[in-house]
Amino acid sequence: MGATPNGFNLDNTGRRIVVDPVTRIEGHMRCEVNVDDQGIIRNAVSTGTMWRGLEVILKGRDPRDAWAFTERICGVCTGTHALTSVRAVEDALQIKIPENANSIRNIMQLNLQIHDHIVHFYHLHALDWVNPINALKADPKATSELQQTVSPSHPMSSPGYFRDVQNRLKKFVESGQLGLFKNGYWDNPAYLLPPEADLMATTHYLEALDLQKEIVKVHTIFGGKNPHPNWLVGGVPCAINMDGIGSVGAINMERLNLVSSIIEKCIEFNNNVYIPDVIAIGGFYKNWLYGGGLSGKSVMAYGDIPENANDYSSGNLHLPRGAIINGNMKEVHDVDQRDPEQIQEFVDHSWYTYGTPGKGLHPWDGVTEPKYELGANAKGSRTNIQEIDEAAKYSWIKAPRWRGHAMEVGPLARYVVGYAKGHEDIKNQVDGLLRTMNLPVSALFSTLGRTAARALESEYCGRLQKHFFDKLVTTIRNGDSNTANVEKWDPSTWPKEAKGVGATEAPRGALGHWVRIKDGRIENYQCVVPTTWNGSPRDTQGNIGAFEASLMDTKMERPDEPVEILRTLHSFDPCLACSTHVMSPDGQELARVKVR
Amino acid sequence: MSQAIETFYDVMRRQGITRRSFMKYCSLTAAALGLGPAFVPKIAEAMGTKPRTPVIWVHGLECTCCSESFIRSAHPLAKDVVLSMISLDYDDTLMAAAGHQAEAALMDTIEKYKGNYILAVEGNPPLNEDGMYCIIGGKPFVEQLKMAAEHAKAIISWGACASYGCVQAASPNPTRATPVHKVILDKPIIKVPGCPPIAEVMTGVITYMLTFDRLPELDRQGRPLMFYSQRIHDKCYRRPHFDAGQFVEHWDDENARKGYCLYKMGCKGPTTYNACSTVRWNEGTSFPIQSGHGCIGCSEDGFWDQGGFYNRLHTINQFGIEANADQIGTVAAGVVGTSVAAHAAISALKRAQKKSQDKAQVAQSKSENTGA
Repeated sequence: MGATPNGFNLDNTGRRIVVDPVTRIEGHMRCEVNVDDQGIIRNAVSTGTMWRGLEVILKGRDPRDAWAFTERICGVCTGTHALTSVRAVEDALQIKIPENANSIRNIMQLNLQIHDHIVHFYHLHALDWVNPINALKADPKATSELQQTVSPSHPMSSPGYFRDVQNRLKKFVESGQLGLFKNGYWDNPAYLLPPEADLMATTHYLEALDLQKEIVKVHTIFGGKNPHPNWLVGGVPCAINMDGIGSVGAINMERLNLVSSIIEKCIEFNNNVYIPDVIAIGGFYKNWLYGGGLSGKSVMAYGDIPENANDYSSGNLHLPRGAIINGNMKEVHDVDQRDPEQIQEFVDHSWYTYGTPGKGLHPWDGVTEPKYELGANAKGSRTNIQEIDEAAKYSWIKAPRWRGHAMEVGPLARYVVGYAKGHEDIKNQVDGLLRTMNLPVSALFSTLGRTAARALESEYCGRLQKHFFDKLVTTIRNGDSNTANVEKWDPSTWPKEAKGVGATEAPRGALGHWVRIKDGRIENYQCVVPTTWNGSPRDTQGNIGAFEASLMDTKMERPDEPVEILRTLHSFDPCLACSTHVMSPDGQELARVKVR
Repeated sequence: MSQAIETFYDVMRRQGITRRSFMKYCSLTAAALGLGPAFVPKIAEAMGTKPRTPVIWVHGLECTCCSESFIRSAHPLAKDVVLSMISLDYDDTLMAAAGHQAEAALMDTIEKYKGNYILAVEGNPPLNEDGMYCIIGGKPFVEQLKMAAEHAKAIISWGACASYGCVQAASPNPTRATPVHKVILDKPIIKVPGCPPIAEVMTGVITYMLTFDRLPELDRQGRPLMFYSQRIHDKCYRRPHFDAGQFVEHWDDENARKGYCLYKMGCKGPTTYNACSTVRWNEGTSFPIQSGHGCIGCSEDGFWDQGGFYNRLHTINQFGIEANADQIGTVAAGVVGTSVAAHAAISALKRAQKKSQDKAQVAQSKSENTGA
């Protein structure tokens, strides 16, 4: 098959391995690879296997309702689509939000980052590195010593504590009902941890499960529930009333104290558990530096977390914005979501059609018409796919490109962009981690690097969350309790036509929504989400996407057991419900109930 | 081997419940089941030896918010449910295995526990394009759903997707996303709607089934009465403001800061059956109305197509009389006390007929809001 324009040598002559379903992800995904006789991956194909059509559904709706629809794109990164949506609508209608709304939104978005990163690491990703069955062999006393060495401040570290967890695990395993651990790859040599590290990490799997339900209470306080808190075009729905009549029905001192205590819990867990675990586990895997893929070549971030309200310029964002191409870290390009030349989506290998082959479309002009068909060399049938034909259409995910380049997005991309731009916090964190682990900068461009960047980011977001809490309190103390701007709430105040874009950094990477409004209704709505970038199929030129690139040249210990494939795919935290979307072509007749 | 099984009794013991309390619990259970004292030892025996009930949790078109909500459960904790109460033998979101090994785990559980496992469904099958808008193992999800349903003891439809269709089934439903009960016709199905359902409602439904070894009482739509038999409005702590005609008029106005009723901001609490205003969310921390946004009605069938989240319901009368919020809102504050007293008297008289009337009102308001 030969070399791709983005520098990977594909060879599909070896044995074909199919993994479907890829588990421990959001949504549905399939992966196929070819391995040579050494067990090395020489060709990789990733397929998004679901499609929901949310953007078709949005057409004709009230733009003020769009956040609720788009929030349901994903219940894992819950809220981030809603935030992106209200930003897009506010951009279109030129609505300015109050400072307090900006602080509260930032706190919620940062809270999501931390929650999502922790749940991802412990509940979706850990079992790629950690063997809970092996934990049964651990000595609880030695585990306690290990815990106290890697994290002296973590209070839950006694031998008795680890013995209790081990006993519980033992009962579970001996029951013969292995539940979620059933059919795992527990005797695969790809697992490298000693039993004590396995016991420590398995214990933290349970600790993190308890903690995550606490973290989200910040969403519940400001948004009423989690998953899927409530948002508002023009601000946030929760009113502030510190000491007047009816304070008990609003954000008051008690509510702020609860938020503050949760922020402290996040910081503690990041410092005492998450970061030390990544360093400890990473230490045993530091020679397993596969999975770099596009990360050392082409990465992109939109940036997020504006310090001041309504200013989305690069200098006002705490999470960095920029694009790096072809591995040139000396030059960070600015990214403009409005520029029709920069972001375009292609569908030559996706189950959609534009009519014209090789055509790319900017999201404001995005059209999609589903076209499910398998290639001539696919094996199986239309409703029983044995093997995908990647030379034809093969995924429900489109192929977005930045100036024609396939890009990786996500925590590692943000950190590479930040590092290249000299972002002080990011640089300090990365240099500190590499020093501790005695690894060169190049080690970042790996599966492990992706996982480590996510942990560092969780820690950074913990500090930012506190910063915006303090800012919220300061603003209130200075006499400003405003949380919503309702000047343009009434659609009669809107222009006849408007278009806007909203951008955020979702936990998984750069997220953009593009909206066109006409006569008070949504005329066109497009989302280009992180997993659309990372999980993209090949494009017209043959560039492979980030998932595919990351699997290349990885050695599999046992090709029938996809431990390494899962490990690397999970390092992106794939979200398939997000990535597979559609917009109907303008003028296409779709039967629908008229919604007022 | 069987000694090693962690049973329901073990779980209770580990949580600090004494043998004595456990036996008391068993006698209460016997009483609740309408059984005599002779059955108490039998129940104790069953709870002390029963293996964990296998659960197969499949995912169709969805957003995984139901799984996310489930792991938020505080009582019982999600880890206790998964480690000690059920055996979650297949769940593509959380299981270690993938691909062939995941499919083998599914087949093995179906084979081994025929007729004895619970099938939990998150999301729904799309039927257009031969079902290939949602592919599992190269095949349409609907096939996996039907196969897993065939030998299930009962099915739980988690959330709005499985129960009613939810967002992907909103007009024009391009994939023909279809709720579970329209595909599986021959099994008992418990609908646990909401987008997502409340965590403790989810674990409450499961533990009820484990504890009492039967399905919960369901309403005509298939929802557990214990959580879905009353409207959010009926138990809303802001209800006195509704009755007093005190409403939020604009976001973040004085009334919003005082926590007045959100009815005029489009709150769907008066037509939504759910436990949000009682159980509340995330360990009772809050619920949408308490945090200042109206209910969007996410546990109701077709709530995406009811005419906008900020459009107020037009058919909800206060005080059981022929007046709506616009008229009531103009009533001077001094009159309010009288109104509340009158309300109490009237509501006592009306209680008997109210239930059926409410249902009719809900149906009416839906039809008027759709396409109005």
